[in-house]
Amino acid sequence: MSETAQVVRQPLPVGSAGKLSGGWWGMMALIVTEASLFGYLLFTYFYLAAQTVQDWPPGGLPSLLIPGINTVILLGSSVAFWVGERRIRQGKAQSSIFGFIAAIALGSAFVAIQLLEWRNKTYSINSDLYGSLYFTITGFHLCHVIIGLGVLLLLLAWTMMGYFDHKRHVAITIGGVYWHFVDVVWLFVFSALYLSPYLHRG
Amino acid sequence: MAATDATQHRIEPLLERIPEVGRIPAGSAIEARLERIWETAPGWRGWLSTVDHKTIGVRYLVTAFLFLVIGGIEALFLRIQLAGPDMAFLTPEQYNQLFTMHGVTMIFLYASPVLSGFSNYLWPLLLGSRDMAFPRLNALSYWIFLFAGLFMYISFPLGQAPNAGWFNYVPFSGPVYNTGPNIDVFALGMVLLGISTTVGSINFVVTLFRMRAPGMTINRVPILVWGTLTASVANLFAIPAVSLAFFLLWLDRQIGAHFFDVANNGQPLLWQHLFWIFGHPWVYVVVLPAMGIVSDALPTFCRRPLVGYTAVALATMATMLLGFGVWVHHMFATGLPTVALSIFGAASMVISIPSAVAVFAWIATIWLGKPVFKTPFLFFAGFVALFIIGGMSGVMTAAVPLDWQLNETYFIVAHLHYVLLGINVFPVVGAIYYWFPKFTGRMMSEKLGKWSFWTMFIGFNAGFFPMHIAGLLGMPRRIYTYPSRMGWDEVNLITTVGSFIFAVGVLIFLVNVVLSLKRGAWAGANPWDAPTLEWAVSSPPPAYNFATIPTIASRHPLWEGRIEGEREHSRTRLEEGYLLMRGRETLGTSPIDAKPVVILKMPEDSYTPFLVGLFVSLLFVGLLLHSWTFTALMAASSCAALSVWMWPRRKLGQRTTGYRSASAERGGESP
Repeated sequence: MSETAQVVRQPLPVGSAGKLSGGWWGMMALIVTEASLFGYLLFTYFYLAAQTVQDWPPGGLPSLLIPGINTVILLGSSVAFWVGERRIRQGKAQSSIFGFIAAIALGSAFVAIQLLEWRNKTYSINSDLYGSLYFTITGFHLCHVIIGLGVLLLLLAWTMMGYFDHKRHVAITIGGVYWHFVDVVWLFVFSALYLSPYLHRG
Repeated sequence: MAATDATQHRIEPLLERIPEVGRIPAGSAIEARLERIWETAPGWRGWLSTVDHKTIGVRYLVTAFLFLVIGGIEALFLRIQLAGPDMAFLTPEQYNQLFTMHGVTMIFLYASPVLSGFSNYLWPLLLGSRDMAFPRLNALSYWIFLFAGLFMYISFPLGQAPNAGWFNYVPFSGPVYNTGPNIDVFALGMVLLGISTTVGSINFVVTLFRMRAPGMTINRVPILVWGTLTASVANLFAIPAVSLAFFLLWLDRQIGAHFFDVANNGQPLLWQHLFWIFGHPWVYVVVLPAMGIVSDALPTFCRRPLVGYTAVALATMATMLLGFGVWVHHMFATGLPTVALSIFGAASMVISIPSAVAVFAWIATIWLGKPVFKTPFLFFAGFVALFIIGGMSGVMTAAVPLDWQLNETYFIVAHLHYVLLGINVFPVVGAIYYWFPKFTGRMMSEKLGKWSFWTMFIGFNAGFFPMHIAGLLGMPRRIYTYPSRMGWDEVNLITTVGSFIFAVGVLIFLVNVVLSLKRGAWAGANPWDAPTLEWAVSSPPPAYNFATIPTIASRHPLWEGRIEGEREHSRTRLEEGYLLMRGRETLGTSPIDAKPVVILKMPEDSYTPFLVGLFVSLLFVGLLLHSWTFTALMAASSCAALSVWMWPRRKLGQRTTGYRSASAERGGESP
């Protein structure tokens, strides 16, 4: 407890230096609260599914093909972004642009396929309980993907404007971890809505 | 050592430097420069754009107190109606709206924001920093709180205020039984307020881990910081539950979803789970920082450090941890399985252990100290007494069989008012008396202070203790009147008289605030001879807080060398420290042992928080009015304002400096 306070004299990084920046810590806290939100959404799903007297899901087991492909696409987007970020860390900001463009393209493909999947459903948010759950949960996730795509577009623009190099690119690190989070959340949503009915029925 | 380090690195001055150390004498030219760096522009520009945590803290306090007064007046209306049997002062619908808004106002718009006010003002001063981790987020948090408060009152003048109680149970709050805009205003307002609470909590959490003065290791932070930190971490986990519950309810009401719709396999009990998973931690959110206030301020008036610092800090966190596992005690009468009731009943009783640790620590501090009976001490001591009464009735209702008897009676109303007023309002008023000199530079009147305490304390007990008896006599909550033959007449009349005496006490306090603002005696930097860091700076503190970042060596930097048994070489440095004045700068330190790790660049004042807050709030207005184009427009405006806010800036070290370093030349292009 007791010592003479020492003033340290050594060089310290200045400003938003990677994971020393406030923004990185703030994003971690945001992810905690967002993860809780999805936790409560899935709690709602399983709570209502467990209490219902209907067949569950009411329309029979969901087809896994298109959502499965879409899952791979979204994970691919995360990988592409990770590659781009790695290029920046290596001091190759120009070539990172291709990684970010690929990430945005794959993310947009996910949104398009998800919207098609929505259109093919025979139920809607207000048709029955399952429809309410399905569209609310996937809708929450889709909103996050769209916001994430907006973030990625900004990051791409900033990279093209030459804002970042291997020393300073904290926006990429923070935006990137959000994008990875959105992708990981999808794995939970996918497991709950598409895979868990098979466990239950099997 | 410094010299060798400097030669080993190729220092790029914008990205890395050795922080300058020195002294800044009061009144020097260098101090004037620091003042210019941190000051807020005068006039409306500064008013809308300031990010100074002290200004934001005072705004939180003033706004929260306005809501306290509004909620209090609503309560007085309710008490007039209940003063005697068969009264017709209010219609049943008016009564419903008033008791709902009373609860909403007190619990959401007063109890937590007032503590955010103290913490916003005090945290950087307690921690030895120049601002919070995210000054602009801090401003956003306030604006959204203000707008959410106004939003929830938007339908009040139309006679369409929320009317289903502050916990808003379905199906009564659902689309079938509640067709007006009343509940939609509440639902959307709560989601909006949740944004404010969440960003505020993120700010506190990151501030604690990043912004402490060097040497302020984790076991040296004041208990108020522990309390607010615990509450903030809890908010991150709990707020999504209530925001989601209200959003799902809004979907049920406006889009035709079926989450709580029994006719279509929905479950009303889902509402209660989601609400109380949030609601019980929230109880601790509105009391733990207030308990922290007492743990820090009471020792000043006992002339000795808090007894059992470590135990109290751990008890604070233990209370919250257990607080996440007791939500079902609000649902004992809903027909859940007996096993669940037993587990949650037991957990609810266990929570009394950490609470008792804190109570005994306060009593021991008074016992072992030399109490000075100033007004703040009276409020803090009164708080301990009320906490014990409220805690006892809490343990009683944790017992499932007794709860079945007491549930939905005035006993619960008595319990929750003892807890919320006792543990929140009394410490808060005491804290205003305590920190008023720091906020304003003036002392509050002791004479009026003692009058306000005794009037409030007597009025409170006269008003709320008889409610226990009303509850034991079987008087249900939320009834707008009662017949005379029930035997509830006397207790209700006494309660009403007591509540008005209490209101007079609050009025004396407010008069004291106004008079002292104008005529209070000048306070020095440390009028109470208190031990903590906020008293090291002038009253009111300068815009930059600390001229040099201090280096901390103990829990009570201003009492060093005066405490028996303390090793003598424990020495905090307050005069000499890091200068950090190339623009707005402060020191970032490591999370546990507070070693300097980074020089943080702090943002200037900015309009973006106000604009983002405004656009987001208008977005909710759009949702309320079903105006989807307007909603989309506001969403786009919010995103645009956020992009401006987040735009990477060279000045803050967020962009490349264009400096050609050796590795960049080797490895690739430098744009």
